[in-house]
Amino acid sequence: MMTKDEISARIIDLVERHNPKGLTILLETDLTEELEIDSVAAMDLVMEIEEEFDLNIPVNEVADLRTVGDLVELVARELRGREP
Amino acid sequence: MSDLFARYRKLLARRDQLLGQGANPFGLRFDRLLSPTRALVEGREVLLLGTNNYLGLTFDPACVEAALAATRAYGTGTTGSRIANGTYDLHERLERALADFYDRARCLVFTTGYQANLATLAGLAGPGDRIFIDSHSHASIYDGCLLSGARIIRFRHNDAEDLERRLARHRGEEGIQLVVVEGLYSMLGDVAPLRELVAVVRRHGAWMVVDEAHSLGVYGARGRGVAEEQGVEAEVDVVVGTFSKSLGAVGGFAVSHHEGLELLRYAARPYMFTASPSPATMASVTAAIQRIRDDPSLRERIWRNARALHAGLAELGLRLGADPGPVVAVVLPDEATAVAVWNHLLAHGLYVNLALPPGTPDRRSLLRLSVSAAHSEEEIERAIAAFRELVRRFDLKSAA
Repeated sequence: MMTKDEISARIIDLVERHNPKGLTILLETDLTEELEIDSVAAMDLVMEIEEEFDLNIPVNEVADLRTVGDLVELVARELRGREP
Repeated sequence: MSDLFARYRKLLARRDQLLGQGANPFGLRFDRLLSPTRALVEGREVLLLGTNNYLGLTFDPACVEAALAATRAYGTGTTGSRIANGTYDLHERLERALADFYDRARCLVFTTGYQANLATLAGLAGPGDRIFIDSHSHASIYDGCLLSGARIIRFRHNDAEDLERRLARHRGEEGIQLVVVEGLYSMLGDVAPLRELVAVVRRHGAWMVVDEAHSLGVYGARGRGVAEEQGVEAEVDVVVGTFSKSLGAVGGFAVSHHEGLELLRYAARPYMFTASPSPATMASVTAAIQRIRDDPSLRERIWRNARALHAGLAELGLRLGADPGPVVAVVLPDEATAVAVWNHLLAHGLYVNLALPPGTPDRRSLLRLSVSAAHSEEEIERAIAAFRELVRRFDLKSAA
């Protein structure tokens, strides 16, 4: 089972690809307001996360995402849901 | 006092910036339609290459006469839904005509093509189920999935391997798995690899829905769409389509070999809680299906025009979205160029569709052209000539 810290580190690495302004990315960083990730880029980012963690993130879950921390929580939840 | 529309500040700025550059690409007014391929805009005649009127049937005498006769006989509207206010024999006749055309047991008609996807997807899947959709899917597919309450999983565009990986992640889980794709994707004009996709769907015990909105009447020996063209109709559980393109009206349908499709009449809200299609629509669409059955030259003409337009634009060095087909997308380097080029073409008497992100795949700025069987060879030549002039003026060749 992956720890929250491991999940966070890997997600922050992926979010870095959508950070042209070079902000310091924290769990509190706002995806739309600070990183200016729009709905299209958000879907790209989600596909990258799905590949990284080998899981499916339903589109239904994406609308409520605000911060990098929300992404971490979502991935942790989906990974837990997959356990037998 | 706060502004009720405050959330649209960015949208407003973008719209105003767009309108500042010329005509409104998302609200152009046609003052008169002269034919399926010509209209008047501000007193000037414009050649139409952005109508989705693939077979040119909007002015077909048989279809027009059928609509007029039905209006006289049944009135202008149905004034209600079929479950509350009754079915007309015209509804049943159209459903039979479509079921026969597709050689399927069951057909349901809907008031719009958008609602056809809403009703079908929300009717087939529910909470606890999973719907796998292509990442380039039309908004009506996304919205139908959302209405269903099922979990929505996107797979990479036209990528059967990615679909397989995603289906495999849910092996053994409860609930049905529905895979939804389009025959022809309307923005870039590319076709789905249905043979590969249905093989994956069957391997995983999933169900297959194909939206043939843009391919009906154009692909396949009988004009049934891409599933017919690729020989996989038996593997498709439900075909969804629209009346608003090749059939020249407004509305939509679903056909299936599953008798259970009938149950959607009592379960799918976008079917139940809306007025049924108008008498004119049902009559003209029934006539249009007959026209497609009787006259293969409609398909021959649209393909002749599609190939000529594609070849002409490719020869100019333009970057095109796909192989020849009823939709020809010209990929432009950026939004500003796309808007300028769209205005330039309109000023020179050519109407095409402007498609901008986020409504386009991979953030591309596109000019989207749709070809009609009703275009004459001279009209296709004229369109190519307008682009020739464009390439000289805007240097699109090197930019694209």
